[in-house]
Amino acid sequence: MKEILSLDHVSFSYEAEDGGTRRAVDDVSFTVNDGEWIAIVGHNGSGKSTLAKLMIGLLFPEEGKVKVFLEELNVDNLWEIRSDIGIVFQNPDNQFVGSTVQDDVAFALENNGIPFEEMVPRVHESLAQVNMEGFLDHEPHHLSGGQKQRVAIAGALAMRPKLLILDEATSMLDPQGRDEVIQVVDELKQTTGLTVISITHDLEEVLLADKVVVMNSGKMMLTGKPEEIFAHGDELESIGLDLPFAARLSRSLRQAGIAIQGEHMTEEELVNELWTSHFSK
Amino acid sequence: MDITLQQVGYSYAKGTPFEKRALYEANASIRSGSYTAIIGHTGSGKSTLLLHLNGLLKPTEGAVRIGDVSITAATKAKELKQIRRNVGIVFQFPEHQLFEETVEKDIMFGPLNFGIPEEEARQRAHELIRLLGLPEDIAQKSPFDLSGGQMRRVAIAGVLAFKPSVLILDEPTAGLDPRGRKEIMELFNKLHKEEGLTTILVTHSMEDAARYADQILVMHEGRSVMSGTPEEVFGDAEQLKSFRLGLPRSVAFQRDVEKLFGKPLGKLTLTEEQLASAIAAALKEGEQ
Repeated sequence: MKEILSLDHVSFSYEAEDGGTRRAVDDVSFTVNDGEWIAIVGHNGSGKSTLAKLMIGLLFPEEGKVKVFLEELNVDNLWEIRSDIGIVFQNPDNQFVGSTVQDDVAFALENNGIPFEEMVPRVHESLAQVNMEGFLDHEPHHLSGGQKQRVAIAGALAMRPKLLILDEATSMLDPQGRDEVIQVVDELKQTTGLTVISITHDLEEVLLADKVVVMNSGKMMLTGKPEEIFAHGDELESIGLDLPFAARLSRSLRQAGIAIQGEHMTEEELVNELWTSHFSK
Repeated sequence: MDITLQQVGYSYAKGTPFEKRALYEANASIRSGSYTAIIGHTGSGKSTLLLHLNGLLKPTEGAVRIGDVSITAATKAKELKQIRRNVGIVFQFPEHQLFEETVEKDIMFGPLNFGIPEEEARQRAHELIRLLGLPEDIAQKSPFDLSGGQMRRVAIAGVLAFKPSVLILDEPTAGLDPRGRKEIMELFNKLHKEEGLTTILVTHSMEDAARYADQILVMHEGRSVMSGTPEEVFGDAEQLKSFRLGLPRSVAFQRDVEKLFGKPLGKLTLTEEQLASAIAAALKEGEQ
């Protein structure tokens, strides 16, 4: 499997107000392979945003190495490497530059000198990938939050990135907008095999990931598949994270003396177990 | 302080070619001391409605009554000052409004503007720092050196500082992590009870509306389309769906289980705790 990004014993400190330093990322190592979807979770202040900045060279590690596309990130190769990374940030209103949806998606292409004949089909294709092809001439500020974030994703896709980073891209959206964005990213992954790193609080987003990295106080506390991570229910709650609804309900039912065998991540699985093991007897 | 909306209409940029209507004949009655949740899809008019509740917008038609004061299109701005003292709004991302050099000064800003003596305002600021679970030594720090969660608490303290009797919360937990969300919601619940506030929560979270509110108002396309207790509103899934709203997860799960068991689980389960006990009770009954 081809490596897309790796962190090797990476640490980083900020200067604190009192002149000392505060370690925001402490000896973190993990690898992201081609086509994987990685979710990075942790409470506010756990170091996950610093981690994102280290991955795109907005910050450089104090110790350890960050490799992107097998190259160690440095000031010389930064711009070339970044041109293969798409990023969507938290606030949909802070990342629009074009006066129409298609101008906005074309912005990075224009900046990178892509010829007009190629630009037009790429803009159309990218918008189609996020189900926004019907909005070419709409003004961005008239769109809903979920639509805005999908346009932002299209803008990133137009550059044909090898890696898409979502930095809390759904945290300011209403439930419907959040579902739209997550569904689009999931479709992209199925159809194009795009590698996605998603920094998130949203558990439903975590459930779709191939691998989860849990950050706490700058350290990587846990890593594994979503079901492995959510098996550590109490630990996750102790660091301010939450469990999916079905997992929380399973635990409450056990506390109420109902035997629940499996670790259920979705409501459907839990309803099925209630049916098979309790009701159909 | 009772609040009533009678046939309230509002158009942005009224009388210009850009006129855009945001509210049509909205009605609501909010009892003093109640906890009301306003829910609705993006663009349903919830935010416009909220701006009417302390006179930031005056209705272009109809009237808003807040306590003894009635606000109509003809009300003068001067008459609104007393209302603003009684009604505090915590806007979305309130930490964006912090601006002072120290936390203490930021919290004191509102009360000083309303003419409360400095010593009293300072004392109130320190009380609030404790009440909101912030460390004592935070008072002399710059609000911009705090963590996101702390900044939000400081901003909330700034609203509570002039002791409003009505507290309006516009998506107060947006962008917080799960623990931060829970802590902030529990804090407002405690304030609501202990300070005898009238609380109005604008939210996208059906779970929060079901758990905390005793009255729910549904907005859709600029109109007030449904209101009632959480049991009444969330008991009508079909109608909610027509307003593009879903059920709280506990109610949705209850419906799935009821379909499977072929019998009702009893009362609507508005929280996960209620749901777990209702399922446990039904299963134990089935075993006997």
